[in-house]
Amino acid sequence: MKNRPWVLYLFPAFLLYLAIQGLIRYEVINPYWQQVAEYSLIVSISSLGLNIIYGYTGQFSLGHAAFFGIGAYSSALLIKALEIEGPVIFILCLFAGAILAGLVAFLVGLPILRLRSDYLGIATLGFGIMVKVALDNLDRLIPMMGGSRGMSGIPKLTTFTITYLFTILAIVVLRNFIYSSHGRACISIREDEIAAQTMGINTTKYKTIAFVMGCFYAGLAGGLYAHLYVFLHPSNFDFLKSFDPLLIVVLGGLGSMSGTIMAAIGWTFLLEGLRVILPPQILDWRMVIVPVLLIIVMLLRPQGLFGGSEFAFLKSKRVSEG
Amino acid sequence: MALLEIQGLCKYFDGLKAVSNFSFLLNQGELAGLIGPNGAGKTTVFNLITGLYEPSAGAIRFHGEDLLQLKAYQITQCGIARTFQNIRLFNDLSVLDNVRIAFHGHVTYGMVGATLRSPSFLKRERELTEKARELLKIFNLPNRQDEVAKGLPYGEQRRLEVARALAANPKLLLLDEPAAGMNPSEVRQLMELISWVKAQFNLTILLIEHQMPVVMGCCERVTVMDFGEIIAEGTPKEIQNDPRVIEAYLGKEIV
Repeated sequence: MKNRPWVLYLFPAFLLYLAIQGLIRYEVINPYWQQVAEYSLIVSISSLGLNIIYGYTGQFSLGHAAFFGIGAYSSALLIKALEIEGPVIFILCLFAGAILAGLVAFLVGLPILRLRSDYLGIATLGFGIMVKVALDNLDRLIPMMGGSRGMSGIPKLTTFTITYLFTILAIVVLRNFIYSSHGRACISIREDEIAAQTMGINTTKYKTIAFVMGCFYAGLAGGLYAHLYVFLHPSNFDFLKSFDPLLIVVLGGLGSMSGTIMAAIGWTFLLEGLRVILPPQILDWRMVIVPVLLIIVMLLRPQGLFGGSEFAFLKSKRVSEG
Repeated sequence: MALLEIQGLCKYFDGLKAVSNFSFLLNQGELAGLIGPNGAGKTTVFNLITGLYEPSAGAIRFHGEDLLQLKAYQITQCGIARTFQNIRLFNDLSVLDNVRIAFHGHVTYGMVGATLRSPSFLKRERELTEKARELLKIFNLPNRQDEVAKGLPYGEQRRLEVARALAANPKLLLLDEPAAGMNPSEVRQLMELISWVKAQFNLTILLIEHQMPVVMGCCERVTVMDFGEIIAEGTPKEIQNDPRVIEAYLGKEIV
């Protein structure tokens, strides 16, 4: 792969898209599994976001579901308020939700990102609980949000094409960011924050960039989620939900894009697959089986499934080939 | 004018006086040594200069600029780079990336340029990689560039740390026990390397060292610390015969 421009890698991605789209067209993949597939990509985008924060920059965040929720509710509200439908408006609203999530992340991060990573964990945990309470009660201010009854009547605008497109975009942006001096600055903070400072890296700035970027990804994924399931409930953005992307990132391997994507897709399909395989009376045991699997994986591969390695198209050019 | 000017520097940790009334001048192009028994406060002085600690009192000026107003990363960008006593490499990253990270202050492209892989990004990135390779060549690490830093033998990790510090393009280099844990032949090579690098990169160097051959062999001027204070200053010869220094190192009775 000598100096092959990265754009060329988009061609196989396009072929994969055509293949899946064909399977959907000829009903090999039924609408239920299509929805699962779309959801798995949404989970991938959100988890890639947490990978920037935790996997690459080493900042422990427990509030990812809150930023996912901010993106979901704000984009859905905007779409309903605007009452215009169309893919362009939809994409703009998705970005609006993501930008809002990023903005909130910036404000939350401002006082705490000067400190060590543990403080961010506690602060984001508290923030997650605050967002959940706010979502439960905001219907008093904005009746459309539905409060604890949930928000319904969101148009179903998320399609496989849009989800796929955003997943590719999220991967390309992250890849190009990570393999630049800015990305290396983030990684150096994870490796040794003090050494990073003495190498001239503004660690507060890069922690903020990573946190905002990661929450932007979460907000974007949230918007796609809202218009896929067309119903939002505050319990979907509970702080406990923040553990899903965390598990995925750790399972896939910290600081591995390939690992995060494979773990996100595997995780979603495993949960749904068990729903089909298990008889109804033991369906609740899903949440026992999955953690047991997790423990086994962590015992056998503590560095995560991919342990920092990447698929060829996500690697930086090997220096010796440069 | 002195390159580095420290006046009445103090650092207290609760009741402990780690550094007290430390005044020191370093001229452009000097190679000075800072020695003293364990716990004398040498590394604390380095941490104060590089902004990792905030002094309790005193002033530090570099090129006439007040360093106390600056954050650690800004001090590095002003031209002060350092190594650490207990080696702080970016352990899980490649040798090449360790060096490339330190070039961060010289990166001209923005985040958008990087994301879009603009031509200026690609050009700059190629230049940085080339410069990093040259540095590794100087430090005799060229065929290690793809290896993970923590996998290097101890002596090579020390050399990599110096290479990384130089990548930050410093005018003043602070070396904290560069020869620690090295055998005599490695020490000799290191001394030659330090002198060569100093001339080549037009550096001023301040080094902390325990190994007397290094201090006596390459330092032009030595400052001795004990219990946070300067107890002697002079050429290596003068220092060797100073009774206070001998007392600090060996105890009173022998004197």
